[in-house]
Amino acid sequence: MRTASRLIRCLEDGEEDARSAMKYLFPFTGRAHVVGITGSPGAGKSTLLDGLVESRRKIGNNIGVLAVDPTSPFTGGAILGDRIRMQRHAEDPGVFVRSLATRGALGGLSKAVGDAVHIMDVMGKDMIFVETVGTGQQEIDIINHSHTVVVVLIPGMGDGIQAIKAGIMEIADIFVINKADRPGTSKLHRELKALLDLAAPTSFHNGWRPPIIQVEDAFKPEPFGKSIQELSDTIDKHYQSLQEHECLRSRLHRKAETELKEAMQVCIMDTIFEGLISSGEEEMMINEILNKKSDPYSLAKGMAERLLKKHH
Amino acid sequence: MSVKKLRVMVAKPGLDGHDRGARVLARCFRDAGFEVIYTGCHQTPEQIAAGALQEDVDVVGLSCLSGAHRYLFPEVKRLLVERGADDIQVVGGGIIPEQDFQALRDAGIAEIFTPGTTLDSIVEWFNTHVQPRR
Repeated sequence: MRTASRLIRCLEDGEEDARSAMKYLFPFTGRAHVVGITGSPGAGKSTLLDGLVESRRKIGNNIGVLAVDPTSPFTGGAILGDRIRMQRHAEDPGVFVRSLATRGALGGLSKAVGDAVHIMDVMGKDMIFVETVGTGQQEIDIINHSHTVVVVLIPGMGDGIQAIKAGIMEIADIFVINKADRPGTSKLHRELKALLDLAAPTSFHNGWRPPIIQVEDAFKPEPFGKSIQELSDTIDKHYQSLQEHECLRSRLHRKAETELKEAMQVCIMDTIFEGLISSGEEEMMINEILNKKSDPYSLAKGMAERLLKKHH
Repeated sequence: MSVKKLRVMVAKPGLDGHDRGARVLARCFRDAGFEVIYTGCHQTPEQIAAGALQEDVDVVGLSCLSGAHRYLFPEVKRLLVERGADDIQVVGGGIIPEQDFQALRDAGIAEIFTPGTTLDSIVEWFNTHVQPRR
């Protein structure tokens, strides 16, 4: 377990050796069901997750949790506090919780998430939960790393227009209205239903219309447990539906495409930048932009021509 | 472009809800550029040790104001060593009488920070004595 945790850390830090280790692990990946949990800050993602972990442990699932919290853009430090809600599983050897800091990634995840999912997969986890940072409307990278996306909403966060906006509302496979004992719940439910009714039936991939699940007060164990069970069953149903309609493949295709792009970025762009920084060229180019001697596009184009030996 | 970030766990073992100090330190470590795993109050030494391993931290900072530090701090260290993580340093802070320092040090607690210690000096200690991913 410590080896796995250290490997994730080396990948977060961008160690070359750790990346080569992935070569040996990669053939053994692809077994786990990856579930993404996303929603605004304070929506109750970690608490829901804690309930889900408990319910999956009851049926003997081996669980991995990746919890992402933001890195400070100013100091590079981070406070990772998602474990607080999951501490009762800390001593359970069937639950591996790992916190990740975003380290500047903007899509609601950390760049190391894809790799960390693979590592937990190879560890034999049946289900891997990925909890995003508290999201706004646009942090949708989670779809590229999970089979099932759960979007957690809470009542009182805005009117009907918020619901038809693009981005986060489009990526849900399952909607959860959390804290559903609070005022505004039925209104939110109505609006969500209307949003789903408006959508063309063809826009639901393989006929899966995202269900809406209401989860009430987490401090009342009985209704909370019942709602969590419903959510857990729905997550299974969604996976079955993906399998039956052979949609799993298109999701995996999307994941593979993302991973390839990210690896290209690391191996090509980062290498180029490292070279430019150490040769001082990057600083020169920045000064040219500042002094209005050139513009970013011309500089980038010139660089591309030089590096790719292409002349337009 | 490899970077090495210091990972710190801040935890409060035992029956003690006074977490202001722990929170101030978590914030201070964040501002120092560390990644802080904050686990909150009422933790057992077992939970803290298990968490430290899962999170692959370099150092565990324990805060205790209840007087039970003589048991709790060494127990966390013992569990870490037992699980093969003797390289994870354990430091402590809180209301700790000076006559307990030696016993804690003997039990493997690397440093003790008492009230009045400045945040800067704590960060400096971390930067000097803890290496990320040894």
